[in-house]
Amino acid sequence: MKTNSKIPPGALAEKWTQYRGTMNLVAPNNKRRIDIIVVGTGLAGASAAATLGELGYNVKAFTFHDSPRRAHSIAAQGGINAAKNYQNDGDSVYRLFYDTIKGGDYRSREANVHRLAEVSVNIIDQAVAQGVPFAREYGGLLENRSFGGVQVSRTFYARGQTGQQLLLGAYQALARQIATGSVQMYNRHEMLDVVLVDGKARGIIARNLLTGELERHSAHCVVLATGGYGNVFYLSTNAMMCNVTAAWRTVRRGALMANPCFTQIHPTCIPVSGDYQSKLTLMSESLRNDGRVWVPKKLEDAKAIREGRKTALDIAEEDRDYYLERRYPAFGNLVPRDVASRAAKIVCDEGFGVNQSGLAVYMDFTSAIERYGKSEAHLKGLHDPDAATIRELGEKVIEAKYGNLFEMYEKITGQNPYKYPMMIYPAIHYTMGGIWVDYNLETNIPGLFALGECNFSDHGANRLGASALMQGLADGYFVIPYTIGQFLSGEIRTPKIDPTTAAFAEAEQNVRDRIEQLLSIKGNQSVESFHRRLGHIMWDYCGMSRSADGLQKARQMIRELREEFYKDLFVPGDNDEYNPELEKALRVADFLEMGELMIVDAFNRNESCGGHFREEYQTEDGEALRNDEEYTYVAAWEWQDLAKDPVLHKEELVFENVELKTRSYK
Amino acid sequence: MKLKLKIWRQKNKDAKGQFENYTIEANSHMSFLEMLDVLNEELIAKKEEPVAFEHDCREGICGTCSMVIDGQPHGPWEGTTTCQLHMRHYKDGDTIVVEPFRAKAFPVIKDLVVDRSAFDRIIEAGGFISVNTGQAQDANAIPIERDVALAAFDAATCIGCGACVAACPNASAMLFTSAKVSHLAMLPQGEVEAKQRVLNMVKQMDREGFGRCSNITACEAECPKGISIENIARMNREYLSASIGSDKSM
Repeated sequence: MKTNSKIPPGALAEKWTQYRGTMNLVAPNNKRRIDIIVVGTGLAGASAAATLGELGYNVKAFTFHDSPRRAHSIAAQGGINAAKNYQNDGDSVYRLFYDTIKGGDYRSREANVHRLAEVSVNIIDQAVAQGVPFAREYGGLLENRSFGGVQVSRTFYARGQTGQQLLLGAYQALARQIATGSVQMYNRHEMLDVVLVDGKARGIIARNLLTGELERHSAHCVVLATGGYGNVFYLSTNAMMCNVTAAWRTVRRGALMANPCFTQIHPTCIPVSGDYQSKLTLMSESLRNDGRVWVPKKLEDAKAIREGRKTALDIAEEDRDYYLERRYPAFGNLVPRDVASRAAKIVCDEGFGVNQSGLAVYMDFTSAIERYGKSEAHLKGLHDPDAATIRELGEKVIEAKYGNLFEMYEKITGQNPYKYPMMIYPAIHYTMGGIWVDYNLETNIPGLFALGECNFSDHGANRLGASALMQGLADGYFVIPYTIGQFLSGEIRTPKIDPTTAAFAEAEQNVRDRIEQLLSIKGNQSVESFHRRLGHIMWDYCGMSRSADGLQKARQMIRELREEFYKDLFVPGDNDEYNPELEKALRVADFLEMGELMIVDAFNRNESCGGHFREEYQTEDGEALRNDEEYTYVAAWEWQDLAKDPVLHKEELVFENVELKTRSYK
Repeated sequence: MKLKLKIWRQKNKDAKGQFENYTIEANSHMSFLEMLDVLNEELIAKKEEPVAFEHDCREGICGTCSMVIDGQPHGPWEGTTTCQLHMRHYKDGDTIVVEPFRAKAFPVIKDLVVDRSAFDRIIEAGGFISVNTGQAQDANAIPIERDVALAAFDAATCIGCGACVAACPNASAMLFTSAKVSHLAMLPQGEVEAKQRVLNMVKQMDREGFGRCSNITACEAECPKGISIENIARMNREYLSASIGSDKSM
C-alpha cells in the first residue's frame, strides 16, 4: 500500500491536538546531530528552515534565486485567511475547514484541512510578532476583507502586497538563523536530483548556477518546498523561473504525483496581448469585492467593441449582462475561482468577448465608486453632492484600497481603469495537485517531505483565494516542525550521511549525463520555442475545459514534441558557467514529461470537479458534474519509464464529518 | 518600431566588458523585458550567446530585475521596475543604452547580472525581530495606530532590488538599510531590539563596501517603490541615540 495517509484516530477536531501530544520527539542533544535539507525558500521553505533551525537542527537551505527573498510567494497580492473571527461575523475553525473542503469540491482530506484551519490563527499571531504590517482599522486592530467562495470576512492583508510582507517575515526569520549558523544558506543552487540510500531520502545533487559545478549534499532527510508547476502552460501568472524540476526528479525516483490535473485558472488576469508575451499578470481577487463583471448583452455591441467602434462607456446599463450576478445570485461576483473562470470562458465562446481577440470580459468599478462616494460625502456632511464630487470621493476610496493594482493595470495596458472598466480573462495561476504526502507531509519515500504548493494535500480540486499563503506557512511554521520528528526520532543513531557513496555518485552522474545530452543536441530551435509550443498544447487541451478526444490527441502531440526537443534543441554556452538557457532547458525537459502525466490524470478522471472540467460531464445548465461514486479518491501516479503508462494508486477519501453535496453558489 | 540597442556585454566577473550594438524590431505593446526576449531569440537563432539578464515575477514585486537604462536604474518611468517598463515609452529610431547596476559591492556576474548578496548579509546582521515560531501572543493584543502601521508598511515595501545603490554616485546602501531599520523600529514589536539592530546593520553595510550618504537623494528618485529618504533621517537618529552611551557601536 503506497498511499497510507496515516491519519491519526479520534474526533476530527481532536486529531491534531492528540497526535501532537503523543508523537515522537527528538531531544535537543540529538537535534544538534541531525542534518536536514530544505529545498526552496518561499513561504513554506523559509518558514520551515527558520523554524527547524530555531529548534536546533542543522539545516541546509537551497534556492535557485539570488536571494531567498525573491521566491514567487512574494507575488501573492490579496491576503491570507485565518479563522480568527475578529469581525464577529460567525467565523470559526470549523467554518474555515468546511469552506475549504467545499471550495475544493470534496477532493481533499478532511484531517489535513481541519489541521490547516486550526493553525491558521497561529500564523497571524506569528506574522504580527515578526513585524508584518497588516492593514489596521482606526482603533489599531487588524482589518479583514472577504474573498471568493466564502460569506465571512477572514482575510488579513497588507495592501496588495500580502505575499511580499509575509515572505519578508519568513525571510527575516530565516536570515536570523543564517546569522546564528543553524541554517546554512545556498543561494543560486538548483536541485537536480534526490539521492536515495537504502530507500530513504538522504541528499540532493545541486547545480551551482554561477559555476555549473555539481555538488553533493547529504542529510538525514530532505524537505521539498519547491512550489507549483503552473509554468507547464508557458503563459501563467507564475514567475518565470517557477518550475517542476525538483519535484519531478523525486517522482522519477519513485515519489507519487497526486492529482496533477487539478490546476487553478484565476478569473481575473490581464488578457494576452501578443505572441511575444512571456507571462500573464494577475489582478487580485480582492478586486471582486468591489468590481462587477459584465459583457454586453447584444452580440452586435460586443462586435462593435472588438472592432473599436464602441467602448464600454457606450453600452447602456440595461444592455450589460452582469452574468455572475445573474447566474449566481447568492455569491454574485464572489463565486470561487473555477466557477468564475468557466463563466467567463462561456460568454467569450458565445461571442461576447470585449477585446480584439474576443477573449476578455469587463470588471467594472463604477457602482463601487458611486457607493463609496456617497458614503464619503455623507461622512463629510455634504448635502446633495453632484455626480462629479461623488465620483471624485469614490475614486479616492478605491485608490486607497486597490491603488497599486490599478496602477499596475495601467502600466501594463496603458488604459486608465478609473475611467474605463478593466479587461480581464482567466489564466493559469496555481496547481492544487502535487507530490503525494501523508498526514505527516511525508511522501511515499521515507525521509522525503513536501510542503506548500508542491504537495497536493489541502485544496482538493480548487483552492479558495487567500489560502495558498495560509497553507505554505501552516506547513512550514506549524506542521513540519512537529511531524518531521516522527521520522527523525528513528534516526538519532544514524551517523552523518556520507556523500561519497555509490548512490551519490550515481545521482551525480545521472545529472551530468542529462546536462551533456542537452548540450550535445546542437539543433536549431530554442528552449523558449519548445516551451511555448508545450504551453499551447496544455492550454488548448488540458486547460479550462478538457475532453477525452482532446486529451488523447494532446498526449500524442506532447510525445512528438518531446522527440523533436531531443533532436533539434539548441542550448548556447557551456555547463561550467552562468548559463540561464541551460537552466531553462533542464526545466522544460521535465515539463515535457509532467505535461503528459497531467493529461493522463485528466483523461482518467471521468467527472468534472473544481478546476478539472470535462466537457462530457456537465449538468444541463453547464455546471460541473461530479461523480462521487467512482472518483472520491486521490489519484497518485507512479511514473514508469517513458515507454510505459504511469501506474495509478488510489487513496480513497473518507468523509466522516462533511456531507458530499453538489456545490452550489446560486 | 526599429530600435538601436547598446548593451553591456561581459563574459564573467573577471572579464573586461564592452558595449555591443544591436538593432531590433519592437512593438509598443511589449514590455522592455519582452523586447530583450525577442532579441535573445534572434541571437540564439544565429547561434550567438544571448544577453544574460535577471528577471522573475515580471510584475514589479520580486526585485530580481535590475539594469540601468539610459542612465537610470529601471529606466525612465517613475515608480517602475524594469519589468514594468513598456515600449510605449519609446519611438521609432530611438537608441537605448543598457548597462548593469554598477557598484563595488555589486560585482558583475555576467552581462547585466550582478551579485546583490550583500543585501542579504545586511538583513542577517539584524534586519529581523527575534521571535521564535510559537512564541507569539494574540495578534490583536497590541493595537497599533493606523498611521504608524501605514508608515511601517511604506518602509517595508522595499523590494531589495538595489536601484538605490545603482543610482547613488557613492553607491551607498543607506536607503535600503534604513527602510528595514525604520519598518521594524516603528512597530512596538520591533522596538525592543531597535538599538542593537541599527548598530549591527550599519556596521555590516559599511563592511560590504557601500559608500557614504551625502544627501544627493537620487536613491529616492529612482526607487521603484517610492521609499522615502525620511527613512535615512530616521536611521541616522536611531543610530545616534543607539551610539550614545553605548560601547556596542565600536
